[in-house]
Amino acid sequence: MSSMEKTKRDYSLVGESTRRAIETGLASAEWYHTDVPRKVMKDLMQRSDGPAIRDTILWFALLIGSAAGAIWFWGTWWCVPFFFVYGVIYGSSSDSRWHECGHGTAFRTRWMNDVIYQIASFMLMRNPVQWRWSHARHHTDTIIVGRDAEIAVMRPPDLLKAALMFTGLLDFRYSLPGLFRQAFRGLNAEEESYIPEMERHRAVVAARWHVAIYLATLAVALYSWSFLPLMLIGLPRLYGSWHMVLTGLLQHIGLADNVTDHRLNSRTVYMNPVSRWIYWNMNYHVEHHMFPMVPYHALPRLHELIKHDLPEPNPSMWHAYREAWPALLRQLKYEDYFLKRELPPTARPYRDEFHNLATPTAAE
Amino acid sequence: MADWIEACLVDDVDEEDVIRFDHEGRTFAIYRSPDGQFFATDGLCTHEKVHLADGLVMDDIIECPKHNGRFNYKTGAAKGAPVCVNLATYPVKVEAGTVFIGLD
Repeated sequence: MSSMEKTKRDYSLVGESTRRAIETGLASAEWYHTDVPRKVMKDLMQRSDGPAIRDTILWFALLIGSAAGAIWFWGTWWCVPFFFVYGVIYGSSSDSRWHECGHGTAFRTRWMNDVIYQIASFMLMRNPVQWRWSHARHHTDTIIVGRDAEIAVMRPPDLLKAALMFTGLLDFRYSLPGLFRQAFRGLNAEEESYIPEMERHRAVVAARWHVAIYLATLAVALYSWSFLPLMLIGLPRLYGSWHMVLTGLLQHIGLADNVTDHRLNSRTVYMNPVSRWIYWNMNYHVEHHMFPMVPYHALPRLHELIKHDLPEPNPSMWHAYREAWPALLRQLKYEDYFLKRELPPTARPYRDEFHNLATPTAAE
Repeated sequence: MADWIEACLVDDVDEEDVIRFDHEGRTFAIYRSPDGQFFATDGLCTHEKVHLADGLVMDDIIECPKHNGRFNYKTGAAKGAPVCVNLATYPVKVEAGTVFIGLD
């Protein structure tokens, strides 16, 4: 099928693209995996509490320490650097904690994953039940249009919207009213398309808890006639989420959609150690999608093991954005355009006949 | 009365591990627990039909390699989201170093 014959993408989860994805077998398909010997994979998947306990102690220390500094210096300019740290820990690093604990791979001990998952979900204004299911769908149908509920930049890309993501405004505008709607009116049709019936009540209850805490925070702010409670609970989602967007946008932008090979739709980017700590190694994103049960601390080892079969990683975030930007600009005019990243000679080739990669719109 | 089907040799499965066994168009997972006992379940996760033999065995839990769905492989019980439906289990016996599963 040539690009000319393709129909417009419908990102609704209950629309035309959904129907087509199911009909063509793109939904719940079998995905490409690099061969890894069973014993090695078993070793990589092993859980331990140690690394995540260490990182969580540091996480809470930074959170509490920066909050204490911000409160202490509230009313002076000295509070700004403390809010800068607090915002990134609250509004950005919570995303990777939410993500890894949602997968159940951060800790070996289940309740530890569950506790951090709940805390991080609250920080992110994400309904913990709804987002567990949406992320399961993201892994089943990664960047399959009409199926994946977590496609950050759709085609044609809305660049203003993408830029505004760095401010957290759009996510905030979507997340908070979403929680209120779920708490008082229930789930919508899209959410019900990926949340099983037996889980829906739990999702509504979780939304009510979140809303109750936000209302209590607002009440404290009004009672004390101070903006400070909101700066500590809720608003960090606005002023601190820039790092989450900076790293997270690179996961899939500009790459292929509607394929079943993560080497085509996901991107691995080498990053500085601070960003990797905040992001819990999700820069190894092809590896994560191919083997989602490998804990974050084992992803560098997995990367070394399978990199012969993956496209060359971007050497930096800057490099990755410079690569993606022209692709996004081109997608404004040619919706089907995408970056086809070159594989090393040691890799097993893409299944061109299956992925329809020979269209003139793909670029290497 | 179950038909006893030869699935694998004892040594084919490491302790605290799982292998895949296909028989007459069906797929199963054969487990060896940390204390050396054998168990068998359906081979596909009840959530998204992923082969459990690619997953991780921890104590008496099998974890799906795709979405972290967890089952008790001894009872088949689903242990929480994203799995809601229990896994079918099958009787197992070991004779002369061979593992058999009982199928109706």
